[in-house]
Formats: sequence, C-alpha cells, structure tokens
Amino acid sequence: MRPLITIRRIPNIDFMGLHKIGLALSLVLTLGSIVLFFTHGLNYGIDFSGGTIIEARTTSGPADIAQMRSQLDGLGLGDVSLQGFGTPNDVLIRLQRQPGGDKQQEQAVETVKQKLGPSVDYRRVEVVGPTVGAELIRAGATATVLALLAIAVYVWFRFEWQFGVGAMLSTLHDVITTIGLFSLFQIEFNLTTLAAILTIAGYSVNDTVVIYDRVRETMQRHKSLDFTTLINRSLNETLSRTILTVTTTALAVLSLLVFGGEVLRGFSIAMLWGIGIGTYSSLFIAAPLLHYIRPTHVGHGRKDASDTPAKRTS
Amino acid sequence: MLYFQTWKLVLILGVCLLGVLFALPNAFSPQTVASWPSFVPHKQVSLGLDLRGGSHLLLAVDMSAVEKERLAGLVDELRQQFNLAKIGYTDLTSTTDHISFNLREPDRIKDAQAIVAKADPDIGVQISPNGAAVLTPDPTVLAQRRAAAVSQSIEIIRRRIDETGTKEPTIQREGEDRVLVQLPGVDNPEHVKALLGKTAKMTFQLVDTNASVEDARRGRLPPGDELLPSDTTRNGQPMQYYVVKRRVMVSGDTLTDAQPTFQDNQPVVSFKFDSTGARRFGDATKENVGKPFAIVLDNKVISAPVIREPILGGSGVISGSFTTQSANDLALLLRAGALPAPLTVLEERTVGPDLGSDSIHAGALASVVGVALVVVFMIVFYGLFGIFADIALFFNLSIMLASLSFLGATLTLPGIAGIALTMGMAVDANVLIYERIREEVRGGRTVISSLQAGFERAFGTILDSHVTTLVAGALMFWLGSGPVKGFAVTLSLGVLTSLFSAILVTRLQIVTWLRRTKPKVIPI
Repeated sequence: MRPLITIRRIPNIDFMGLHKIGLALSLVLTLGSIVLFFTHGLNYGIDFSGGTIIEARTTSGPADIAQMRSQLDGLGLGDVSLQGFGTPNDVLIRLQRQPGGDKQQEQAVETVKQKLGPSVDYRRVEVVGPTVGAELIRAGATATVLALLAIAVYVWFRFEWQFGVGAMLSTLHDVITTIGLFSLFQIEFNLTTLAAILTIAGYSVNDTVVIYDRVRETMQRHKSLDFTTLINRSLNETLSRTILTVTTTALAVLSLLVFGGEVLRGFSIAMLWGIGIGTYSSLFIAAPLLHYIRPTHVGHGRKDASDTPAKRTS
Repeated sequence: MLYFQTWKLVLILGVCLLGVLFALPNAFSPQTVASWPSFVPHKQVSLGLDLRGGSHLLLAVDMSAVEKERLAGLVDELRQQFNLAKIGYTDLTSTTDHISFNLREPDRIKDAQAIVAKADPDIGVQISPNGAAVLTPDPTVLAQRRAAAVSQSIEIIRRRIDETGTKEPTIQREGEDRVLVQLPGVDNPEHVKALLGKTAKMTFQLVDTNASVEDARRGRLPPGDELLPSDTTRNGQPMQYYVVKRRVMVSGDTLTDAQPTFQDNQPVVSFKFDSTGARRFGDATKENVGKPFAIVLDNKVISAPVIREPILGGSGVISGSFTTQSANDLALLLRAGALPAPLTVLEERTVGPDLGSDSIHAGALASVVGVALVVVFMIVFYGLFGIFADIALFFNLSIMLASLSFLGATLTLPGIAGIALTMGMAVDANVLIYERIREEVRGGRTVISSLQAGFERAFGTILDSHVTTLVAGALMFWLGSGPVKGFAVTLSLGVLTSLFSAILVTRLQIVTWLRRTKPKVIPI
C-alpha cells in the first residue's frame, strides 16, 4: 500500500534569504509582547490572582443571569462577574480576590451559596487564597526559567555552546510571544496555560534540535560548504518532517480545543499558537542565528552513519 | 538492524502483550472488572478529583496563633514570678514572636534570667546591661514544635474525617506546615470544612461568682480570670458573657468517649473521662458543690451548669442549645480530639460528580478524535508504513494506560490532554525515521540499506529531541502543583513509551514485512 500523498522533491526554499525579515518580525513580536505584558498585563485566573470560580447549574429552568447578577451585586463582594457557557443552565461566577486573608475567600463562597439558595447545583467551586496564588506564580516562573536553562545546557552538552544559545533564544522567543498573545487577547492565564508554555518550550526545542542535528551532520560531511547553503540545505531537507510533525501535533491539539471543554480551552489555544510559533522560530530564528554565532568545530557528535566512518574531528 | 535476537523479540512482544493486558481493565466498568477471575489484571487508572468529583482542600496549620497564645501565657507566668520575687519591671508585653520588658533595677538581671529559664528553658534571653530584655523562642525548638503540631493535626484530621464516613480520603503533609486533604465523592465540603474549622479544645473551668460581668466587660477583670462569650445567641437575645477562672479544672484531652444522646427529648452529649480525668473532675466537683462551672469549647462557653453534687463516676452530660446535628458534631469532635492549632483553608477545589463525568467524556472524545485524525493522516502520507506506525501507536497508548494503572498514577483532565498531545507527538519519531528512509531511497540506496540507514541515523535525533521534552516534563512535575503535575506525568510517560513503540515496535513490523514479502522497492 502506497501513500496517497508524497512529497517527491526536496524543496529549495531560500530560508537564509528570508531570515532578515524573520528576525525583524520576531524582534517586533517579542518587543511588542514585552510592552503588552507591562502595559496590559495578563488576565490571571484564580490560580495566580487568588479568588473564586463557581460553576453553577440551575436545577429549575434556564439560568436568569441578570437576576442572579442583581442578587449577587448587593453582597459587597466587589467585582462579581457572571457568564453563561455550555448549556443555558450553566453560569460561571467569578469573584475577585476578597480583601483580607485566606479566610475571607472562603466566607465569600458561603455568602454566595446562601444567597442563591437551593435551586442551584454547584458543579465546580475553586477557591484560591492569596498565599497559594503568590506561591504558584513564583513556582511557575521558576519552572519556566529553569526549563529554558536546562534545555540550553542539554543542547550545549550534546552540540556546541553556539547551538545552545540559538536554541535558548528561539525558545525564549516562543515563550515570550505566547505570553504576548495571552496579554493581547486577555485570555485567562492559569496553571494549565503555564503547563502549555512549558510544553511549548519542550516542543519548540524538539523542532530546533532536529534541524540542528541536520546542520551538524551536513557540516561534518561537507566541510567546505558555505554557511548559507549549509543552513538552507539542512532546513529544506528536514522541511517535510517539520510539516508532517506539526500537522499531527496540531491535529491532536485541535481536537482538544474543539472537544476538550472549558477547562482545557486556554491550554489548547496556547499549544496551538506554540506549535505554530515554535516551528516558525526553528526555521527563521534558530537556524539563521547560527549564521551569526558560528559553531567553529563540530566535534563530539553522535556516532554517525556508515558512510562517514571515523570522520570525527575532535 | 534486520535481525532481531530471539530474546529481544520475546521482550518486545512481551511488553506489548503486557501493555494491552494491563490496559484492558480501563475499557470496562469497575463492576465488570470486579467479576473477572483473579489472575487477570484488575487495576484501573485512578481518576483525579476533577474527573471523579470530590473536594480538594489545602489547609495551613496556623502555628502563629498557637505561638502567640503560648507567649501570652508565658507573660502571665513571668508577671506572677517577678511579683513573687519582688523584681521591678515595666512594659512586659508579648507579640507574635517575642516577649519584651524592662527591668527597673539592672542589678537583678541574674535573678530575672533564672526566673525566665525556669519558666521556659528553651527561650533565648537577651538582657542589655541597662535592663532592656528581649526573649525570643529558639528557631530549632519552634521548628520541632511546628513539625509535631503538623503531624498531630494530620492525625486529628484523619480521625475527624473517618468519623464522617468519607471513603478513601487522602490526608498528607505538604511542605512545612500544610496538610492536603482530598475527599473523593464529596461535592459539598461545607460540613467537613466546618468540622475541620474547629480546634475543639474543651475545658472545664469554674465560673467566678464574685466577679461581675459588667465590670469585666468594662475592662476590670480580676486577676486570674477571663471573660468568655457564650456559644450561641439564643432567639435573638444579646450575646451572654461569663467570667471564668483561668485555671483549668479538667481538660478535654482526658475524655475517652463522647456520644450524642437525648435527655428530656433534648439532644445532649454524654462523655466519659479516663481515670486521671475522672479523679480530677471528682475532686473539683467535691470542693465546689453549689457553684457553677463552665464547659468551654474553643474559648466559648457551651453551658454553665451548677454543681449539685460531686460527680465521681467519671462521666457526665453536656446540655446546651444543641440540635441533633450539632450534638453529633460535638461528640465527633470530642472523640477525635483537639487540634493543636487552628487550620486555615488556603485553597479549595471542588468538582461535582456530573462535571467530573462530563470532563471524562470530553477528554475521551478529544483523545479519540485526535488519535483517529493522526491515524488517518499517517496512512495518507505513508501508506503501509503509516499502518505500521498506527499499530505502534496503539501499543504506545496501551502501554501508557497500563503504566498509569500499574504505577497507581492519578489521571486528571490535563493528564488526558497530555495523552492526546503525546499521541500527536509520538508519531514524530516515525516521521523522522520514515523521512530519513525516503532520503536514503532518493540517494539511490537499496531497500535494505535504506531501511538500515534510516533507523540508525534517525535514532540520535529522536533521542535528543525527546530528552528536551522530558526535561520540560520533569520540571513541571517537580515545581508544578495539582493539574500541572497530572499533565507532566502523562507527557513524560508518553515520551518514554513512544521511544519504545516508535522505534522498536515499528522496526519489528518492518523487519517482519521485509522477510515475508522480500520487496524490491519501499512503498514510501
């Protein structure tokens, strides 16, 4: 059984010719994201900001959101947001973090439950106090920074330091622009979003490593090749793999976005963007960066295939 | 590459078979699985609270409150001892973490030090030559006390929750001073929270009948007394107050049993003392016949009956304004014992059972659709080899579910996302290998040498690219909490199993196909 679709020819795209546009675009995206982050900030979910989410379902007929809102507005709980979703009976109630300590958050939930009475079924109640919220932010930031460093060290260890720097910069770019996306559209940023960002870091480097691997191999095989041709050739040779892997991963994530429900929405959006930007940055940032910080020698590579026996330079 | 040693063959097939076998129970309902013969694996993936419904509470053991109270007690003690020894002092006060005072006569520093050392041998004493003193508890002693309080709290929490009849609760220490409580199946944790919100420290103290409540409320409290409010306000009446002696007649930790019963059709709580408690209670009631005493719970007076006759039997009845529920709860709290420190809820996540099963369906649907899309995609782009990859994917999924069941890992909704995602990423190894084979074919190699080179050359790349995802997964597991951890587990596990399935299982299929059909060209 033969494939229905095959890519027969190796494409010949001049990535290096386009890389300046790519670098400029990425610079704009990165700076824009940083500016957005500091001016607009992120729409932190309760995981980080503290506060309360109540997912309620009315048991007698569709939810009258306007009436519920007026019931809850008079309780002195600050900004209460109500939002319908899913079925007409479902309402998402958000309370901002209550002034005071951890105890006040719990009391707010009690107040709401008493006010809405017994005709409401509480499907989900999440309360995060200020103590935990602050800790989760710290742990999240630490995890992201450590992930970037660990990945850079691994790549440095397996390749040369120049590859490590390239991988880290392009991954950093992906992480920052993903945060920028969340800031721009004010999509809720919560723990699962953070998981998505770390996964994006892993995925993006995965992509970069595959390309770097090919760059290194080509360098070992054709020592006299000029750098532009070398990178172009490596990128084109791995392009079909890049496209196929992006597609399968994107298919899985798309299915999560469509069918996975409310809880996974932020995660899926972040992942989808991350897969795209991660692939773009491997092609237009990670590889061209090597042009500027050229690896000098390509020693201690992995054991290579049979037609280049013992041609290791170190 | 084209020859599998027998042991390798057996190993690969064995792992696949075991994977399917151990994953199998997950395809059936728990009832069906329970009826299977005992030699078949039974273990199913344990579902997180977000999928099965339940309540997750993160509690903090509030040691600062205890420490503050302890220091206040120490101040009382010092005041008494200084007065006895006729040591002059000013500004004797305590804060949450230290005590300070000034000595009038600096030449009595030695005496003061001796008194402090006797009152609390572990406290650090600093007195400057002019008489300014600061007492700070030793940090290591504090840490020991905190650790002891947390362990004791866990024990008490467990007893209280067991008494409520919650099935399979998880109660574990988190970090230094926290306790994580997970209550599967509990979708309204209010009652549990109410039970855990009480320290339930009970004491029996004499009421000071000579002191007037009005004076005490204006701040004129006789030394050695305290002003306590009543437990409930009855029918809109203003809160009642009692002046009671600080000295504890008998404390609640000498109780051996407490049960809710009825007396004159009113719910009451009957209790029994152990032998020490019975003796003390007997002595105290003998000496104070005709006087009222207060039953105090968490600094609130439940009732203050008059002692009509000495109570020598070591048992008694607490009557207050109880409902059946509150009598039940009080009895439960007294049986389980007092918490060493108050608990604060830092985080609550409760999911109702409906939403849980909705999430399972959503997650399962998303995974099935995702996998189906990937399966079709691989066949479209790789034909026969795509089918090989899909078969490997099937075993990958089986081994993953089997490991999750076998390891007893908890599957959460983000965990399901991790599975779906790794299924998309798992075929990456196949793609890398197949693309490499295509290149080798284009380069004019023979069938066998193309396959060989494809596998060998792709291996290093696959390894490098998978390790980076593992690094991210490990960090998420290490630093993440709750949902992130669940995701990290399935993501990392998926990366590991996909290494096995994409490389070995795919290769085994290709080798078998090669032997059987001896193809002239590779259909790729």
